[in-house]
Amino acid sequence: MSALIDIRDVSVGFTGRDGRTREVLRNIDLTVAPGESVGLVGESGSGKSTLAFAAMGYLKRGLRLLGGSAAFNGNDMFARSRQELERIRGGQLALIPQNSGQSLTPTLRIGAQLGEALRLHSALPVGQHGARVIELLSQVRLPDPEGIVARFPHELSGGQQQRVAIAMALAGDPVALLLDEPTTGLDVTTQAHILELLRDIAAERGMAMVYVSHDLGAIARVCDRVVVMYAGEVVLEGPTRQVLRAPAHPYAQGLLASIPRLDDATLPVALDGRPPAPGEAGAGCAFADRCALVQDKCRATRPPLAAVESGERVRCFFADEARRDRGRRKGAAPVRYSRDSAMLTLDDLSISYARPHLIDQLLGRSSDLLPTVDDISITIGKGETLGLVGESGSGKSTILKTIAGLLPPAGGTVAVGDHPLPRLVEQRDPNQLRQIQLIFQNPDDSLNPRHTVADILEQPLKLYYGLSSTDLRARSVQVLERVRLGAHYLDRLPSQLSGGEKQRVAIARAFAADPEIVLCDEVTSALDVSVQAAVMDLLNDLKATQGTTYVFVSHDLAVVRALSDRVAVLYQGRLCEIGQTDHVFSGVSHPYTEVLLGAVLEPDPDTAPTLTADDVVERAPPAQGCPFQRRCPRKVGTICETDTPPWQSNGGDHAIRCHIAREDLA
Amino acid sequence: MTEITATRTENTRLQRIGAVLRDVMARPSGAIGLTLVVLHLVLAIVSPWIVPYDYKAMDSLQMLKPPSGAHWLGTDHLGRDVLTRTLMGGREALLVTGIATPIAVIWGGFVGIFFGLVGGRLDEVLMRVVDAFLSLPWILKMLVLIVTFGTGIEVLIPTLAFFYGIPVIRIARAATHDVVARDFVSAARARGHGRITIIRRELLPNVLDTLMVEGAMRWSWMLLAFSSLSFLGFGVSPPTPDWGLMIADGRGLMSFAPWGVLAPVVALSSLIIGINLTADALAKALGIDRAQKAPV
Repeated sequence: MSALIDIRDVSVGFTGRDGRTREVLRNIDLTVAPGESVGLVGESGSGKSTLAFAAMGYLKRGLRLLGGSAAFNGNDMFARSRQELERIRGGQLALIPQNSGQSLTPTLRIGAQLGEALRLHSALPVGQHGARVIELLSQVRLPDPEGIVARFPHELSGGQQQRVAIAMALAGDPVALLLDEPTTGLDVTTQAHILELLRDIAAERGMAMVYVSHDLGAIARVCDRVVVMYAGEVVLEGPTRQVLRAPAHPYAQGLLASIPRLDDATLPVALDGRPPAPGEAGAGCAFADRCALVQDKCRATRPPLAAVESGERVRCFFADEARRDRGRRKGAAPVRYSRDSAMLTLDDLSISYARPHLIDQLLGRSSDLLPTVDDISITIGKGETLGLVGESGSGKSTILKTIAGLLPPAGGTVAVGDHPLPRLVEQRDPNQLRQIQLIFQNPDDSLNPRHTVADILEQPLKLYYGLSSTDLRARSVQVLERVRLGAHYLDRLPSQLSGGEKQRVAIARAFAADPEIVLCDEVTSALDVSVQAAVMDLLNDLKATQGTTYVFVSHDLAVVRALSDRVAVLYQGRLCEIGQTDHVFSGVSHPYTEVLLGAVLEPDPDTAPTLTADDVVERAPPAQGCPFQRRCPRKVGTICETDTPPWQSNGGDHAIRCHIAREDLA
Repeated sequence: MTEITATRTENTRLQRIGAVLRDVMARPSGAIGLTLVVLHLVLAIVSPWIVPYDYKAMDSLQMLKPPSGAHWLGTDHLGRDVLTRTLMGGREALLVTGIATPIAVIWGGFVGIFFGLVGGRLDEVLMRVVDAFLSLPWILKMLVLIVTFGTGIEVLIPTLAFFYGIPVIRIARAATHDVVARDFVSAARARGHGRITIIRRELLPNVLDTLMVEGAMRWSWMLLAFSSLSFLGFGVSPPTPDWGLMIADGRGLMSFAPWGVLAPVVALSSLIIGINLTADALAKALGIDRAQKAPV
């Protein structure tokens, strides 16, 4: 069978200000057969997206083709005219971009957008477009396609938007799909549903797929073959099972070890160092500086991409050793604390974003809108880590903001020790402020781009300790060393740091106050997996040395599992389940927890997610009864709609809020 | 974690200004623009000492003469040397706009940052007032003030500063909104910093860049407005040389004495183009997308 996509010896680069040409892709060979599904994985900056776009004959502005050719269906994509490319792209070769919500035109109804795609890329007479649009929408399993046609993109949820984007890509009856991180930013349940859809569609139509992702779990579910990229090179290529089960390249090995697993309560192993920037790689192997198996030979000559007996192609001199090396790496055990004295108490907390309408305000009427977060009572012990999990919109971050005093509660109290805290940050005294520190999701947003690391760290030190300038500098160095960064970082700006370094600075800033409680809001989700592992390790270390109490919010259940002593599961701002991590993640659990756990993708081709509930996103909690009633796969009956379910405890500290008897929940 | 061994960077304010300047000069638009602006400024300062003639000296025998060895750019309808008057014709405009622009940026910036911080309903109401103001043609508003208070620098400077500060409000408010929504402001609030500290440390450094570019843009608009007013007879009064005035004077005679119009037109355009090119390069050097923030 001849290849559908045939990329030969492609090198892509850019010319910097200094006139030097730096390579972003180096001598890439990649073929995709008809109907085959190939995954491109690697950390950010590895060139995986650039490669996928090169297959379309497209390069980002500033990038140049330095050599090689990319053919699709026999057409050399870099030699074709614009008109010819326009016909191929979106027709036979379609792209599904990362953020579909932003790629749909906000002012066009869904029907009109799809109609446009049909007009451009199908031979169908205009009269049949309406029927075809409905057909496409039902092919991507959207409920009520006739209704969706008349809606605007903003009226759809993220998952629905992504389905519309898939439908648009299918409009031209493509033989190949390019997918650029198509599920990143979606909730776990939605992601699992979209991946199943893609699998089905590819199988039904015999379509080839090139799936770009940093998520090995998604790749494992969708792809037949995996290409691992590092610093613009292919370092390992082979069947999914072999690559994920027994990776023959040390980098792939490290990447896999850095992924936290749901079935493993140890911390993932961080991959030290960072990949060379474009043009920085020396004469030898690009991975040499981070490799555990490195020899002199590796630094002197670049290993070729050679086929090995088991069928993969590996760019390593020591592929066999790399494979054997597996299993020797073992993550550190996370520090666990048992609860003794209460550190942070949330008592019947409710939070409301809704502001009453002006007229209601004037007439003194109360608003009938339900609070976003309601009925939250949790006690967190000293030194304990509480994980808060739930889908987006479940109120996890809102709760953190209220604890920090950025958002006033509508009712209930937050107390540290025995002392209730004032509602707002402006009313709290310096010691109360110092006790609670917040770390944000994205360090690009939480570090002022105009402040140097020294400026950033000095702010809490000055505010809480009033240190003089000489003491400040010395103390800043100590604070930096606590997060394993050196004194030479002090005068850098955030833009001169890598993503992981930035997040370390943000962590250092929080710990500079010597807080008792640290609130972590999705602190690892903006980072690459290998960096995520290092940050998790750091947080765990700080917990051991400082005895910090964490409230850890994440949508990634495996991360929560590794770091938390206890877990609280939230749906629509209401608690569903709370208890020790091991109890929540195994054994008896709330139907919602079950849905969440079922949707988690493991980087293992032999596991499949169990999808029980649909992935409809709800905008507001129901007025009464169980918050999960509309999506629950195990709904008992009307009692779920009328009565708030009771807490069912195991006698210890594991409690589930459900009408179903505890014995039947297993 | 391996540490990158980059050269130690100091990142002081002075270094940043130097780096931005180098970046501006490295771009063709910046190099050309900045050269034009500096040339105009230098000429405006030194022109009284280098011009060949007295700017108000009339010569009834030399009226409307084409360029020659004696009068490089010819003479006007009163026999005055066009080169002299062109060289000195920008002094008044640069003086007025040079004072009015910083005032406009400062007051507009303050009000805009205040609106952006207050937010909510008050902000909405006040911004509609600003919009209403912006929807009126500028020349109408200015003529009303000039007719009421008379011409002269003491009226023109506050008038220009006032009207050109209003669009700055919009820009400053938008920039403030962008920054306030970012987590580093929430982080500062959560730490318990006071409002003033947050504005000074977190907000201002990020808004100032935008205001600088906006200031440069306002400057070029203001020059155009000032020259238009002079053209209409409401700006500089004769015999003081001014580009707008010279264009107005020479306009009727353009068919047989084009040099009288061409010289001030080239001078005024080159200055405005220079400012715009510089603003453009500055915006790119500072990493501001000006296309989004283009004034109305």
